[in-house]
Amino acid sequence: MSLNAKDKDAVKAFWAKVSGKAGDIGSDALSRMLTVYPQTKTYFAHWKDMSAGSDPVVKHGKAVMGGVAEAINKIDDLNAGLLNLSELHAFTLRVDPANFKILSHNILVVMAILFPKDFTPEVHVAMDKFLGALSRALAEKYR
Amino acid sequence: MSPALPDTFAQKALTASLSLALRLILFDGCLSECRSAQTWGLITSTADKMVVWTDFERSTIQDIFSKMDYEVVGPAALTRCLIVYPWTQRYFGNFGNLYNAAAIMGNPMVAKHGTTILHGLDRGVKNMDDLKTTYAELSVLHSEKLHVDPDNFKLLSDCLTIVVAAQLGKAFTAEVQAAFQKFLAVVVSSLGRQYH
Repeated sequence: MSLNAKDKDAVKAFWAKVSGKAGDIGSDALSRMLTVYPQTKTYFAHWKDMSAGSDPVVKHGKAVMGGVAEAINKIDDLNAGLLNLSELHAFTLRVDPANFKILSHNILVVMAILFPKDFTPEVHVAMDKFLGALSRALAEKYR
Repeated sequence: MSPALPDTFAQKALTASLSLALRLILFDGCLSECRSAQTWGLITSTADKMVVWTDFERSTIQDIFSKMDYEVVGPAALTRCLIVYPWTQRYFGNFGNLYNAAAIMGNPMVAKHGTTILHGLDRGVKNMDDLKTTYAELSVLHSEKLHVDPDNFKLLSDCLTIVVAAQLGKAFTAEVQAAFQKFLAVVVSSLGRQYH
């Protein structure tokens, strides 16, 4: 299920519309993930505060979306483009890759909330494919 | 089942630890079948048989569905599912033109079926304390007659979540999302129960 030209165009066009709110998208998606899928909190036991809008959540939401932005720039070769991030997640963070799907779902939910008119089914499928490809590239170095 | 012991405290402790050991073994068995994060949440929270709903969860579900226009949300969720996960179209061979997104969105059979599905969910909303029994018949239908892979239920749930999120906007808070997804997860689980 690799990205074709149409998908890439749709992703880039949608990103152009939403990137201004990237930080908000990231932190909302992250807080939703922590609330709706509480097992994901295990990765953040070192945070003093996991509530929505708290400093660590806002900061980390921005970091995650920075990664997404980087992936969009490297959309033609995600494996090469996300090599460093993959190594980070594989060897240092050791996040179970099942969680990439969970966070991706929450990113899509936030996009639907913030951009209901723009997040059409066509944009939804392109973004879902893109986040899937991103997740696979991120898991590349795991084993 | 516990061996006779002179000391009732030790007896209780032994029974408790045996019961815990048994639960851990069953839990581990359940976990290995656990495919989705939502069922994880469900299994960890329901050591016995019944799903426990908080007052917040009950009122949230009742509220969302009472304000929902089934004839808008149903078709929107099903069309989105057929577009975002095109392999789900395999079950709608006799629905006519599904060749592209525009065709799917304009297809009256799809719209009608979307509404039917929402009315099916409505049954669950009215019987939250016994979803297993409520969906037993529909589960048999989807398994024996329609031969639908139960994975598809999750795909449709995800699309429905996104449609409802877009409708409710900021009101679809993380807590509301958790309640909504928990409800859908239990329905999905009930629909998959009669498969063999």
